[in-house]
Amino acid sequence: MDHPYLPILILMFFAFIFTVVTIIMSDLARPSKPNAEKNSTYECGAPIFTDARGMVSVKYYIIAMLFLLFDVEAAFLYPWAINYDKETLGLFGFVEIVIFIAILLVGYFYAWRKEAFEWES
Amino acid sequence: MEVILGIAIILIKILTIFGVTMFIAGWTTWVERKIIGDMQFRVGVERTGPYGLMQPMADGLKLFFKESIVPDGCDRVTYELAPVLALVPAIMSIAIVPFAGSADSFKIFGQTPFIAANINIGILFLFAWSSLSPYGMIFAGWSSNNKYSLLGALRSAALVISYEIPFGFSIIGILMIVGSLNLIDIVNAQGSYHWFIYRQPVAALVFFISIVAETNRPPFDLSEAESELVAGYFTEYAGMRFSLFFLGEYIMLFVISSMFTVFFLGGWHGPFISYDVVNNTWVQAIPGIGILWFVIKSYFIVFVYMWLRASLPRIRYDQMMSFCWKVLLPLSILNIFTTALLNLDKL
Repeated sequence: MDHPYLPILILMFFAFIFTVVTIIMSDLARPSKPNAEKNSTYECGAPIFTDARGMVSVKYYIIAMLFLLFDVEAAFLYPWAINYDKETLGLFGFVEIVIFIAILLVGYFYAWRKEAFEWES
Repeated sequence: MEVILGIAIILIKILTIFGVTMFIAGWTTWVERKIIGDMQFRVGVERTGPYGLMQPMADGLKLFFKESIVPDGCDRVTYELAPVLALVPAIMSIAIVPFAGSADSFKIFGQTPFIAANINIGILFLFAWSSLSPYGMIFAGWSSNNKYSLLGALRSAALVISYEIPFGFSIIGILMIVGSLNLIDIVNAQGSYHWFIYRQPVAALVFFISIVAETNRPPFDLSEAESELVAGYFTEYAGMRFSLFFLGEYIMLFVISSMFTVFFLGGWHGPFISYDVVNNTWVQAIPGIGILWFVIKSYFIVFVYMWLRASLPRIRYDQMMSFCWKVLLPLSILNIFTTALLNLDKL
């Protein structure tokens, strides 16, 4: 009974049950008197003129793609950082990671020159 | 029987840590209102109980009995799912907060005390769960069918994923020095006074700026910029559903502050804790003193958060994004290289 991940499993059950039960209990205790005015979308009192789910700026997609790129890089860097010692990596590991980051930096500077980080344009 | 006893003990431990975190999260709202009140020459909350100490309780009860409004045109499934997805990652991340250390042999019924789950990938676990928080935001913003919500959700999701990169990169230097992802190992590697804040100052700065942005706190609270976006992605939420977002935010505030303590301020180490060379362990001269140091240090970081909120105006969105990508990211990569070069003798 001392498996390190057992508390996490139990906590996960607990977290879900806690949130769901709180919502359900509150739903049973609270008043519920909806009307058309109350349920209308909040737009500072002005009448709603379009559906909110319109088009999204392409900037967000670019940020999402760049995030993926660098997050994968981070995923590779973590095991490398843990094994930064004589037994496993040695100098070879250092040279390897320099090349690895250099390749990614080329893409990073390309994105910079292509103004992926500019929000005004 | 053995199994039931084991699970019961784990449950007691989890409930204790959960209760403590809930208490801290709830009363952090009181601390915040008092501190910001003082900084702005106001009184702050004072009506409910002595010094307004019962205010979080009153707020919680009020929100519990408030009507929950479901707006027209909302997507019901994602609308109900969003508060759960906002709170569960926050609760899960308390599993790895090491409140105090103990000798490896010291176990209560086979359980490591003071930490819910002493796993060897502690920090990866935190990253994994904190990466789930954009889902809560996006679900809330998209399902509400409100322009403010959607804009706030897009902004905060883009912000959180952008700052996650310097956040993750900044601690790689520490991982290189320590050689472990386990948070207890990281704390013990710092000893009493060799804190990483002065062995890795650049990483500490990058990490601190990133955590302020990660938790959507001022001056980086663009997702809930009251003056332009009403309340950001949870504009259309009311009652208990709103308070779950709120609770998740404050739990995350404490957990992330405690992570700064773990990585840069030496965790639970401090006076009255010394290294026992014979048994190769850290010994607390006064039992439980480690918890005190840990909470004091973490709460100092929480205080800095509030200090920032009272002092600084909100930063423009485009400035924030370009600051993250053009300054923090190169700085954190440079920090990795510098640490690697300085520790070349390890190879």
